[in-house]
Amino acid sequence: MQLWMIFLPVIAALFMPLLFKKIKLHTGWFVLIVPVVLVSYYASKIGDRATYASWTWVADLQLKIDSSLDGLGLLFSILITGIGALVVLYSIFYLDKTKEQLHNFYMYLLLFMTAMLGVVQSDNVMSLYLFWELTSISSFLLIGYWFTRDASRFGALKSMMITVFGGLLMLGGFLILANITGTMSISEMLLHTTEIKESPYFTLAAILVLLGALTKSAQFPFYIWLPDAMEAPTPVSAYLHSATMVKAGIYLVARFTPIFAYSTTWIWLIVILGLITLFWGSFFATKQRDLKGILAFSTVSQLGMIMSMLGVAAMSYHVDGNAENVFKYAGFAALFHLINHATFKGALFMIAGIIDHETGTRDIRKLGGLMSLMPISFTVAMITSLSMAGLPPFNGFLSKELFFTTMLSAQDFSWSTVAVLIPVVAWLASVFTFVYCLYFVTGIFFGKRHELPKKPHEAPIGMLISPLVLASFVVVLFFIPNVVTDALIKPAVLAIQPNQFLTVGDIDIHISMWHGFNTELLMTIGVVVVGFGLFMTVKHWRKVYSLVPEWFSLNQLYRRMMRLADEDMTKVSKRYMTGSIRTYFIYMFAAIVIIVVSTLFMKDGYAFDTAHASDIGAFDIALVVVLVLGTLTVLFARTRLTAIIALGVVGYSVAMFFVLFNAPDLALTQLSIETVSVALFLLAFYHLPKLSRHEARLPFRLGNFVIALAVGVMVTLMALASQSQKLLPSISEYYKETVYKEAGGGNIVNVILVDYRGFDTLFEITVLAIAGMAIFGMIKLRRKKGADKNEIK
Amino acid sequence: MKLNNVIMRTMTQMVFFIIFLFSIHIFLAGHFAPGGGFVGGLLMSCAIVLLLITFDLKTVQTLLPINYMTLTAIGLALALLTACISAFAGEAFFTHYFDYFTLPLLGKTELHTAMLFDTGVYLVVVGVTMIIIQSIGGDE
Repeated sequence: MQLWMIFLPVIAALFMPLLFKKIKLHTGWFVLIVPVVLVSYYASKIGDRATYASWTWVADLQLKIDSSLDGLGLLFSILITGIGALVVLYSIFYLDKTKEQLHNFYMYLLLFMTAMLGVVQSDNVMSLYLFWELTSISSFLLIGYWFTRDASRFGALKSMMITVFGGLLMLGGFLILANITGTMSISEMLLHTTEIKESPYFTLAAILVLLGALTKSAQFPFYIWLPDAMEAPTPVSAYLHSATMVKAGIYLVARFTPIFAYSTTWIWLIVILGLITLFWGSFFATKQRDLKGILAFSTVSQLGMIMSMLGVAAMSYHVDGNAENVFKYAGFAALFHLINHATFKGALFMIAGIIDHETGTRDIRKLGGLMSLMPISFTVAMITSLSMAGLPPFNGFLSKELFFTTMLSAQDFSWSTVAVLIPVVAWLASVFTFVYCLYFVTGIFFGKRHELPKKPHEAPIGMLISPLVLASFVVVLFFIPNVVTDALIKPAVLAIQPNQFLTVGDIDIHISMWHGFNTELLMTIGVVVVGFGLFMTVKHWRKVYSLVPEWFSLNQLYRRMMRLADEDMTKVSKRYMTGSIRTYFIYMFAAIVIIVVSTLFMKDGYAFDTAHASDIGAFDIALVVVLVLGTLTVLFARTRLTAIIALGVVGYSVAMFFVLFNAPDLALTQLSIETVSVALFLLAFYHLPKLSRHEARLPFRLGNFVIALAVGVMVTLMALASQSQKLLPSISEYYKETVYKEAGGGNIVNVILVDYRGFDTLFEITVLAIAGMAIFGMIKLRRKKGADKNEIK
Repeated sequence: MKLNNVIMRTMTQMVFFIIFLFSIHIFLAGHFAPGGGFVGGLLMSCAIVLLLITFDLKTVQTLLPINYMTLTAIGLALALLTACISAFAGEAFFTHYFDYFTLPLLGKTELHTAMLFDTGVYLVVVGVTMIIIQSIGGDE
């Protein structure tokens, strides 16, 4: 049941094309059932003990798909399905059934839902990795949903390259962990923390796993894919790129904190990168002109904030006893803000979508003065942005205060300069967060109204339901935060800080709206005052953004790397991939000669011994003479026809050798092959290029001569060496004994082909079939003359 | 490639069947005497090539209306399925089975799953050889 629930969305996805084509009703209504069922299922599990279900695929390799619903997994599952339900509802009004390929859209979305549930419920790291990459793929498909746009394809590829790069590194980290502990299960790895800690690969594994999380959660310097991912339809941006997928990295860090927290590298990387991301994102958000661009940078910044709090949570592993108490808020604050962020950012994205939908533009310079026209949207936007800015009476205020508490507590871990800077950077970033929140709301709703592509009016009520629900959460969570935190967050904190808390009851955190004039409150007041000042003077300091030249950016670095991997590498490979089979033969033969001859000499494998050689008869000599004459005729023939016939002579004489040496099977095959290939040559006669021997330059022929000679010498050396020494007894005896009794045959050669080495034959005929198809394709489907030379532009 | 040669045509009509039957013989004999699916397939292709050389491509295509692409696919599928039989029985992939039966006309005969596999090989060899020859030979 528990396991099936993960796959419910993907099963539903199979029916989408049918529902889209046969039924007039908007497909979204059917999709909506899935997240609603799921969210009620997971909600019913609140307060239950952790449950586990699994399905084993390959027991020996510990490969299995499993679902472990502990506090952390349940929190994320509810978030994924809950926001999912609201997003699907919103998309019903956002995407027009008559214009869009809805079945594709919803199939990708449902695939994503399964993948994401899989990520947060997997206990087996291989299963986790599988679902992790599946989220990247479904995100790729959704960003590229409007695939006719260049920007969509570019954004899709960029997100895929960066997140899959991180995913592969993460897999490396998992494998190291599995090697150390001998188990693929995260919960079992937790029992081996001492072994992991003492392993020389401990820090490497931590960094690899962390890179997976950083790329997925768009942390500095990997955040560049997220702004480009905004080309996706807005419901997708609201769902994947703010509320759920980008939080997979956070989940990963939270899940692996009990394992890696002992590494100070892990802690400092998370805290410092998290804070840089927080500041960087909030600072550059005001530079953006696109509504979704502002929100993208804001998401990047908020993810950094959550990340840095998890870093502080890991610090609690380095202290004992009462000292731990200082860090008790960290993990709790991170998860609380995670929920709050999902509520306000989801709503803000939906508002951005509404503005785009009703006015026809997302450019903040063209917008303004929409307050009176769109009052409901304005209210929602105002509530949610003030929450994001960290003002009361909204949930963002509570988590922002906890964030300041957490950052201040980091100083108890270390009094180095870096630690002192932590609260300062956090405070500065909050100031800029305040600035861009005002920038966003005032840019759309205040000021003068401009000429717009569409006549603006309030959105239909269906589209407003989801943002209204989210906005009401923003308010409700402020007034009754403890109800939610006791049910959802405290059980999840147990997974992050099991060293500190054993049961939910141990977590003595009670959120209150008012906790006196402490440092945190003063910091918030400072944020408001300075932030407001900066916002009023934004015109004057905006120039700062143009100080950094365009070529000096991470995006440019990404483009350079892509060009290096694609165009530059193509240039290099074109240097030696000439398309002429003669050139390839030179490479192949030269390589074989070098490998074989050098092995013969290095291993001292050459030997010459005539002791077991058989006598050479007159018939043998005659055949050799014919063979040599045939070969020479091929070389010196003036017409191609003579060359072909002489080649046939060479082949048939080789077949005669097989007859002489009692190998009837080989002789038969050689004879038939020779017949078929001579016939083939004759059929293909007029396609071959004219003999150009006399035009060819001498050095070219000399090179060929050397290689031909070398191949001949190599084969001779090898034949002599293998004849003269026998390191291992011949396998023929084994065949002789078993061929009748066990394989039921008499002809060893053929039984080897179909039985002893049947696998080889199976692959050989597969290769043969592929080659046949390739030749067919090359000849029948080739370009007509004058057609475009480049297949891929 | 149109040859107006009466002797060649008359001979071909007979020789084709001789090679064809010989290829079947060699194929069936394979498990105990020299031969097998690979050689059998090549001989069969030789017979068809002989037809191609004597008559032209179009005539041969009306005589033997075989889609060699499909033939290759069937052969490959047959070989793969034969290899899979044992997997369904829970034994190692590619385990062959055989037993001796007394059949009418033939007397005591061995029936072997390797024969099915070899049939696949035979079909693939004929198919691929003919795909190559027809594509190159029939190309304008």
